[in-house]
Amino acid sequence: MKRLRTGRRSPLAALIVLILGLSVTGTAYAALQPKATPGTASTTVSTQDLQEGRKLFLANCASCHGTDAQGNDTAGPSLVGAGAAAVDFQVSTGRMPLAAPGVQAPENRDAVAFSDEEISAMAAYVDSLGPGPDVPKAEYLDVEKANIANGGKIYRTNCAMCHNSSGAGGALTRGKYAPSLMNVEPQHIYEAMLTGPQSMPVFNDENITPEEKRDVIAFLKDIEEGNSAYGGQSLGSLGPAGDAMFVWTFGIGLLIAVAVWLGKKAA
Amino acid sequence: MSDNTPANTSGQADHSPATQGDSKLPERFENPGLPPHVPRRSDVDVKAAKRAERQVVALFTLSALGTVGFVIAYLFIPMDARGYVIGIGEMDLYHLALGITMTLSLGGIGFGAVHWAKTLMPDEEVVEERHEQASDEETREGAAAHLRSGWKESQLGRRPLILQSAAGALGLFAIPLVLQLGGSLGPAPGRALYDTNWKQGLRLLIDPSGVPVKASDVTIGSVFHIMPEGWVGEEAHEEHTEHEIMEAKAEDQVILVRLDPEVVQSQKSLDWGYEGILAYSKVCTHVGCPVALYEQQTHHLLCPCHQSTFDMTNDCEVIFGPAGRPLPQLPITVDAEGYLVADDSFKEPVGPSFWERG
Repeated sequence: MKRLRTGRRSPLAALIVLILGLSVTGTAYAALQPKATPGTASTTVSTQDLQEGRKLFLANCASCHGTDAQGNDTAGPSLVGAGAAAVDFQVSTGRMPLAAPGVQAPENRDAVAFSDEEISAMAAYVDSLGPGPDVPKAEYLDVEKANIANGGKIYRTNCAMCHNSSGAGGALTRGKYAPSLMNVEPQHIYEAMLTGPQSMPVFNDENITPEEKRDVIAFLKDIEEGNSAYGGQSLGSLGPAGDAMFVWTFGIGLLIAVAVWLGKKAA
Repeated sequence: MSDNTPANTSGQADHSPATQGDSKLPERFENPGLPPHVPRRSDVDVKAAKRAERQVVALFTLSALGTVGFVIAYLFIPMDARGYVIGIGEMDLYHLALGITMTLSLGGIGFGAVHWAKTLMPDEEVVEERHEQASDEETREGAAAHLRSGWKESQLGRRPLILQSAAGALGLFAIPLVLQLGGSLGPAPGRALYDTNWKQGLRLLIDPSGVPVKASDVTIGSVFHIMPEGWVGEEAHEEHTEHEIMEAKAEDQVILVRLDPEVVQSQKSLDWGYEGILAYSKVCTHVGCPVALYEQQTHHLLCPCHQSTFDMTNDCEVIFGPAGRPLPQLPITVDAEGYLVADDSFKEPVGPSFWERG
């Protein structure tokens, strides 16, 4: 009690009260501020956009995901709660609509048949069915503000085992694979982490914060530019298998050629 | 067809058709001798010989230039020089220059010497006869007499106890040698292979940020890479050396997922988890690689090194690959503030097999 009383008299007390007051107000504001309404994903969407999104959905997605997006056991999962981020990722990388059934939907950016507005409208429609992860804010895609070294640490712990330490991708089981991360749009990298498409697990904001996701993107962009490469021919950065293949074919081939020359009589 | 064992079958062998065929073969094949010598172009043509000489000299000169180039590159190219090389890309020029000059230097000598030998040195094949290897009878008898007199003079034949005790002493002398070898293997590992840094009540922290995990943060489909409280994050780096942290990571790393309890087949797995949140050692039970490829849809956990596959719905049983046993599960629960904590340490040793855990 004595310590408390002396503390109250201290000039620091006012400062502590001030800081406490400010942080309580800040937290309360963050907690009480109105939540974004469904459908207001990256851009504000009107009822008309939602209608447009629903039309596009019925024409392109409903055959597998069902007319009410509740899913169809064998063909496609329910999209309720999938969120705008999942729709943007799947459709604008050309993975959806699925061209043919297979173990995994392949990336196919050349085959994207929708404009950005149409994708936003579909995303808004799916988002209006139930709350899900939203497309990332622009500030979390700005790699200028990122910490590349921290991104590398997070990448090596969470991503490198599937996507390869240099982002070249790798094989999973039964024909599934982790795709290459080179030349992927920052927004799509972010959305993949947030939504966990296909075999990939989800990395929600409690696990990897939005700032950390930005660091990971910056790290990937850094290796894409070759800034952390050791130099030389990377042989696809496929790891020991690719390197060994090269040494076997070229190195042993060269040794055989020299051995043949050594053993041959001069003309 | 020629393996005709002489002694026991010779009587019958004469009647068998196989040996009739054999009898037409000569007793011994004649030594065909060396093939006739074919002169090389440089043997008959002075111009060709001159050309070969010039080629050998050129190769040796190339080697000399390579050596001089190596010294120049070593002394004058800055070690961090980088540049673009066609077909290879951006790379370190210093090592490229050292490699090329060293190749010329060694390759010039090697190829020059071989070319010299093949074109200009005589290539007639000759047989060099060896002399008889055994010594003559007199010398051999002399040596034997020498040994006999030595044995007699040593009196070992008359006093066998000396020989026996000497053999015993020399035999025992092997023990100190083996003892030193055994003693230098270091102390026995004791409990080190059984225990990790996990203890009851330690929070589960995200690797590498060191942020504690709330049970509500772990959504279905998520995967968290976890280290024990005190061994990850900034505080850990203040308290421990980098080496200690790496050692801790090698044994304490944990993978945390949340499965729908409906799909989990093992009741023990659910009991040791928290509402479907399961924590397993990330160290492969094969040779200790981090098992971290988690397929969200199949709930399979893959090891990147040798493709061992563990089924997370069935207490991480091995369903493919060389791993010998399931991954150890870390029992977890939540503390008063809702953060995930260890409910106990691992109940079995983590990582690869050793002699007590075959």
